[in-house]
Amino acid sequence: MFKTIAIVAGLGLALSATAEAQTPRKGGTIRMTAPYGSSFTSLDIHTTQRAQDEIYAKALHRSLYIWNSAEGKPVLELAKEDVVSGGGLVHTFKLRDDAYFHSGRKMTADDVIWSYNRIMDGSKAYPGARYVRVIEGAAAVEKGQAKEISGLKKIDDFTIEMKLTEKVDPGFYFFTALTSIYPADEAAKESFIQKPIGLGPFKFVEHVPGSRIVLERWDRFYKPGKPYADKIVVSVMGEAAARDVAFRNKEIDTSVLGPAQYVAYQSDAELKGTIVEVAEVFTRYMGMNPAFKPFSDKRVRQAINYAIDTDLIINKLVKGKAYRATSWLPLTAPGYDKTMKPYPYDPAKAKQLLTEAGYASGFEFEWTTSQNESWGLPIVSAVIPMLDKVGIKAKVKQVETAVLAEVVRTGDYQAFIYSQASGPDPQAALKCFHSATPQSACNYTTFKNAEFDKIIDEAGQADDMAKRIQLLQKANALLYEEAPVWFFNYNKAVMAVQPWLKGIQLNATELTHQNVEDLWVDETSPAK
Amino acid sequence: MLAFLIRRVLQTIPTVLAVVLLVFVLFSVVPGSIVSSMSDDSDPQVELRMKKQLGLDQPVYMRFGAYVARLATGDLGASFRTREPVTAMIAKRAWPTLQLIFASMAFAVLLGVPLGFVAALRPGSLVDTVSMMLAVSGLSLAKFWLGLLLMYLFALKLGWLPSFGYGDGSLKYLILPAVTLGVSPMALLARTTRAAVLEIMTADFVRTARSKGMSETRVVKWHVMRNALVLILTTMGLQFGALMGQAVVVEKLFSWPGIGSLLVDSVLQRDIPAVQGSILVVVLFFLSINLLIDVLYGVIDPRIRYA
Repeated sequence: MFKTIAIVAGLGLALSATAEAQTPRKGGTIRMTAPYGSSFTSLDIHTTQRAQDEIYAKALHRSLYIWNSAEGKPVLELAKEDVVSGGGLVHTFKLRDDAYFHSGRKMTADDVIWSYNRIMDGSKAYPGARYVRVIEGAAAVEKGQAKEISGLKKIDDFTIEMKLTEKVDPGFYFFTALTSIYPADEAAKESFIQKPIGLGPFKFVEHVPGSRIVLERWDRFYKPGKPYADKIVVSVMGEAAARDVAFRNKEIDTSVLGPAQYVAYQSDAELKGTIVEVAEVFTRYMGMNPAFKPFSDKRVRQAINYAIDTDLIINKLVKGKAYRATSWLPLTAPGYDKTMKPYPYDPAKAKQLLTEAGYASGFEFEWTTSQNESWGLPIVSAVIPMLDKVGIKAKVKQVETAVLAEVVRTGDYQAFIYSQASGPDPQAALKCFHSATPQSACNYTTFKNAEFDKIIDEAGQADDMAKRIQLLQKANALLYEEAPVWFFNYNKAVMAVQPWLKGIQLNATELTHQNVEDLWVDETSPAK
Repeated sequence: MLAFLIRRVLQTIPTVLAVVLLVFVLFSVVPGSIVSSMSDDSDPQVELRMKKQLGLDQPVYMRFGAYVARLATGDLGASFRTREPVTAMIAKRAWPTLQLIFASMAFAVLLGVPLGFVAALRPGSLVDTVSMMLAVSGLSLAKFWLGLLLMYLFALKLGWLPSFGYGDGSLKYLILPAVTLGVSPMALLARTTRAAVLEIMTADFVRTARSKGMSETRVVKWHVMRNALVLILTTMGLQFGALMGQAVVVEKLFSWPGIGSLLVDSVLQRDIPAVQGSILVVVLFFLSINLLIDVLYGVIDPRIRYA
C-alpha cells in the first residue's frame, strides 16, 4: 500500500514539476466535466452541498479560505492576515482590498457579514450552516432568536473580527464554496439565481440546465496574471461510458474514472499517462448499531473486521481503486499512523471472538445499503458469503442513496454501508465519534466511549500542534480497537487529464475541485 | 368537430387530476424528503421551520388541495431546492426535449414508413428480409448501448459529429441523440406499415380497383397508402408518448438539456413540485398528441365522423 502512496506522491511531484518547468500560456478554453449527476442543482451555491456544484463554483466564487493541495491544508484567500487572540477564539481578519465582484464592486467586510448571516437563515436550512455555526451567536440566528451573528464584527471596511465557540482552525470551516462570499446588494435580488455574481477568477456567461455552464475570464481577479485561460466550460456528464468516448475524442479535458475505466486506462499505452490519482478524505465503512444487541459487544464488531477479506474485495471488486482502511483517519490526515496495520483476514479469530461473545452459532442482521458500485450493493453481496462462513447471516435492505442518508441520521438500521468525509480536518472527523456529537450530525453509530471523549477534548484544547496530532493518533487507535465500524477503504479518486491541460492539483478533499486560476492549456489543445 | 374537441379537452381533466394525485400520494409515502437531503446535520428545530416554510407540515390532503388550486391558475409552484418557479425550469428544458422528440419521430417516419412499404410490396424478397431484420434489431437494441455505438463510430472513429452536448442547438449536435432515440419507433413503424399494407393489399376494395384496370401505382397511392395511414398514425401517437419516457436515458447519455434529466434529478432529490411539474408536462404532451392524431383520422379518412 505504501508503495502505492509513494507512486501517487511521485506522480504529484512529477505533475507539479512539469507544470513549473513550462511557462503558463494565456488563452484557450478549459473543458471540465461534472460527473456526479445529470444536472447542476442550483446557481445559488449556498443552497447545495453536492460535489457536482462546487466544480463550477471554484471558478465563479471565492471563500475566506481556499484549499491548498500542495500544502494539504486551507490557506487564507480573501483575507491577507489572521491575527488570533482571546485564547485562540478570536480571529481578526484583514481582508483583501483588491477583490472585485463580477459586477465591478469591491468586496468589503459588509459582504462577508451579510453572506454568513444569510447562510444562517434557519428557514432555508443552508448546508453551509454547519460551518458558520462555529461563530459565536450563529446558532441563535439559525434558531430565529437573533437577527445577526453576534460573534461577527466589522472593525472597518476591510477588517472583520470573528469570535468562535471553540478553539478550531477556521480554515477548515470557511474554505468550501458553501461559505462563498456574495455581494450583499446583488445577491438579495431575484435575478441573482439566474446570473450569479462572485469573486472568482471567471465570471458567469451561460447555464444550459442539464448540459453545461460557461464562464469567461474575469480581468479584475485579484491574483496578478491569473487566470490563464479565456474560458471554462463545465459539461454535465453523468455517464462514465459517454465521458470515456468524449475524452478519447479529445472533446473534454478531464474525466473522472470509475473502477472499470481505471483498469482499462491503466492497460492502454496511450491513456496510461493521463491518469491522475489521489487518496481522498472519505472513509467507506459498515456502521453497526450498538442498540442491536450483538453489535453492542466489541468482540462481535472486531470479529466482523476479521471475518471480511477486505483486500480481496478492494483488488477484485473495486479494481484497486481504493486504499485499504486501517482505522478512521485517511492516509492524507496528519493524524494517520503509518505503523498501524489493518485488521487481517482471519476467520478463525473471528469465530473465536464470536464464541467468546456468546454467539458461537452466529446471528442474523439486516444490512441497509444503496446501489453504489464502490460502497453499496456489489460490496455487500461480496461480503455476505464471508460473514456466512463465520455463522453471521446478513439480510440485505436496499434503499436509494438519498434515503440511506436519512436512515443513518435517524438510526433506523442494524447495519449500513456508507462513505463519509473523514477530513480534511482530522479533529472534526474524529469528533464525529464524540458522545456529545448527535447522531443526526455525524455520530451515525452513536459511538460512546469516555476515554475517547477525553482524548478528543484534550486535543481540542491543545495549542501545540504536535501534541494535538499525537492525541488524534491515540483517538484513531482507540477507534481501531473499539471497531464501531468495519473499516473498508479510503477512496482513491482517479481522473484522466489531457496532456495539454497543465496545473492540475491533487486535491484530497475532492479531485474534481480545482483552483482553476492555476490551470492552463498549451497550444496543442483542440480548444486553444 | 368543435364539440368533439371541447369534449376531448374536458375528458383530459380527470386524467390530469388522477396523475397529479398519484404522483402526490407516491411522494408522500416514499421514504426520504427534501428537508433531510438539504443538510447533513441541521438542527431538528430548523428542519421543522423549513418544513413549515415549504408547507410540508400540512396533512397530505391539504397540500394536495392547495396544489390543485394553484394549478388551476397555471402556477406549478416553486422548486424546493432551487426556489425557482417550476414553470421557468420546465420552460428552459422544454424546447430541447421537443427538438429531440420531433427529430427522432421525423427520422422514424422518414425511414420506417418507406421501409415498411417497400417490404410489403415485395413480400419474401431480399429487400423484405433485410428491412425486417433491421426492424427487429432496432426494436431489440438497448438505447444506451446503441447510443454508445453511434458515439464510437460517428464521433470517435469517423469524426463527423460531436459525441455529446447541446452546443448551440444546431443539427450536428442533434443527429446522434435523435437517431438513438428514433431507431426503436422507426423499427416499429416499419413493421406496422408492412403488416398494414400487406393486409390492405388483399382487401376486396383493392381487388376491385385492380379489376377496374386502375394502375398499380394509383392503387397503392389512392387505396393502400391512405388506408394504411390510419394505423401508422395510431402507432405514431403512441410512440410520441413512449419517446417522452425513453428520452430520459438518451438525454442523460448525450448531456442533452431536456425535461428527462430534470425529472430524474428532481426524483432523486425529492423535489416534489419539480417532479409534479415535469410529469404533468409529459402527460399533457401525450394527451395533446393523441388528440391531434384523433383529429387527423378524420382528415385522412372521410368515413370517420365526429358526433
